[in-house]
Amino acid sequence: MQQIALALAGGCFLFVFARTMYALGAGRHRRSPANFAVMCAGFCLQTAYLYMRGRTDGRCPTGTFSDMLVFLAWSMVFLYLVIGTTYRLSLLGAFTAPFVLVFQIVASVLHGPERPALPRSPGPFVEFHGAVSMVAYGAFALSCVAGVMFLLHERQLKRRTLHPLFDRLPPISDLVVAIRRLIVTGLALLTAGIASGFLAGSPPAKLAVTAVVWAIYACILLAVQRRRLSARRVAGLAVIAFVLALMALLGIGVFGHQTL
Amino acid sequence: MEIICLGLNHQTAPVELREKFAVPDADLAGAAQEVARRQGLGESVIVSTCNRVEFYAVADHAANGLAELGAHLRQRAGEHHYDPSAFYMHRASDSVRHLFRVVSGLDSMVVGETEISGQVKKAYRVAAEAGSTGPHLNRLFQRAFRVAKEVRSNTAITRGPTSVAAAGVELAERIFGGLGQCAIQILGAGEIGEQTARALWSRGVRTLFVANRSHERAVALAEAIGGKAVRFETWTEGFDGIDILICSTAAPHFVLTREQLVPLMGRRIDRPLFVIDLAVPRDVEPSVNDLDGVYLYDIDSLQAIIQLSIEARRRELALCDDIIGRHVAEFVEWIERGSRDAGERRPLSRP
Repeated sequence: MQQIALALAGGCFLFVFARTMYALGAGRHRRSPANFAVMCAGFCLQTAYLYMRGRTDGRCPTGTFSDMLVFLAWSMVFLYLVIGTTYRLSLLGAFTAPFVLVFQIVASVLHGPERPALPRSPGPFVEFHGAVSMVAYGAFALSCVAGVMFLLHERQLKRRTLHPLFDRLPPISDLVVAIRRLIVTGLALLTAGIASGFLAGSPPAKLAVTAVVWAIYACILLAVQRRRLSARRVAGLAVIAFVLALMALLGIGVFGHQTL
Repeated sequence: MEIICLGLNHQTAPVELREKFAVPDADLAGAAQEVARRQGLGESVIVSTCNRVEFYAVADHAANGLAELGAHLRQRAGEHHYDPSAFYMHRASDSVRHLFRVVSGLDSMVVGETEISGQVKKAYRVAAEAGSTGPHLNRLFQRAFRVAKEVRSNTAITRGPTSVAAAGVELAERIFGGLGQCAIQILGAGEIGEQTARALWSRGVRTLFVANRSHERAVALAEAIGGKAVRFETWTEGFDGIDILICSTAAPHFVLTREQLVPLMGRRIDRPLFVIDLAVPRDVEPSVNDLDGVYLYDIDSLQAIIQLSIEARRRELALCDDIIGRHVAEFVEWIERGSRDAGERRPLSRP
């Protein structure tokens, strides 16, 4: 049942991506409530999966790397539904969908028939630490998506070849603003996550890795606030930083649960 | 009874001939009433724009109705100006299809332009207020406006810029989004530069500065557009606040080089600069496009974008004609059903 919910959620995101790409290719893309509704349906199915997984494990479903990826995908869609509509960033959903889909597919592959034995709820602080940190990673992931969109659009503008596929991308200035806000959001959430992890007595190695991710984003934000980076570098750094964050998450996922 | 159309446009007649048959706005209502009163004609609408003059009418018999329209034109413009080969004549479903294509912008000089829709709406409103329309033309024109909306919504026929000014606006919006917070600097007082600046200004840009070698010209242009004139020698002093730079000077050399721009951009590294170089010879060294945050478009690159969008619009024509074909069939069916139901009891000509 859990896997069916996850697979159906993946189907929803695949639908949004394929439908948008087809419409863009045909030059007939318009902001569609249907896409938003399907994203919402995918989000509900993800939520159902995480709820069932939480009930099965008796804890917040962030215990393994596979769980983390699904939680990360859920966080991305959650933030998209909040931010994408708030800032009216055209195509953010369509660009988020493939990332979410890939995370879910990797999670399913890694899931395997046998799950490692996890301790029941390790306490509210640890649960809060895990959940809020994953939402922070979701914000970073979305900043990475916005960064990719920026780089694609910027490349088109620089080369003066305006392909219809990228015709409806948001203005690059709006994308930079979105990247900055997402990094601020992610940093605020990760700060709360690190603080709660510290209070809960999380393993120092795990906290140290999280702190490194925090420091990377804090440096980017500082450079942005001090106006030391061009928009293209901000976008590029948002992408690189998320790749590093994902590697850190892999480390936490692979080694972290053994120490929880 | 049939719907007929007689007209001439930019494809069939030169402007010297079109202007002989053009109907001034003030005469539209009277002319439409006059046509509708002619023998065998029942309703009429006249569309008169810079690119076309067209008479739509409902006739008892198409051939007689078209002859009456021809007679009206001969009276209006003079026998010696009336050259039948410059006119097209449509009847029945062809008239309907023609109007739907015209209102959708498919028959325009710039395919997909939307101005014609407003012009036809105005012509129809004038005729309706003058009482020269009836059930057939009312339904026809209302359907035409619906068709145009559907064509615009469901195809890419209106997408992409078709003029240098429109290309400048579209690119600026791709970079900055809303232009309300943008400031423009114009270097030189060339005509295309002015048009582009006006197009951007109409989108609500915050400030516009004009610099020209002749300061008097800069002042005149700034006053005409609503901006501020600055001295050409000192225009870079306000560079940090500029978002869009339009260059159209007559200088035989670059007025903005990479060497000049590097330190200027260093002061505003996080703020993009959109440079539109409309001058020939070019005003801006091409390699500035390689700088972070600088987007340089010269006249050739803008023309290439325009050409691409025109080609893209042309590719949409078949799809537009499919939509129009469906509506033509429905409209013709309505006419035929109405004729059958009325059993020819309803007189088409006004008493």
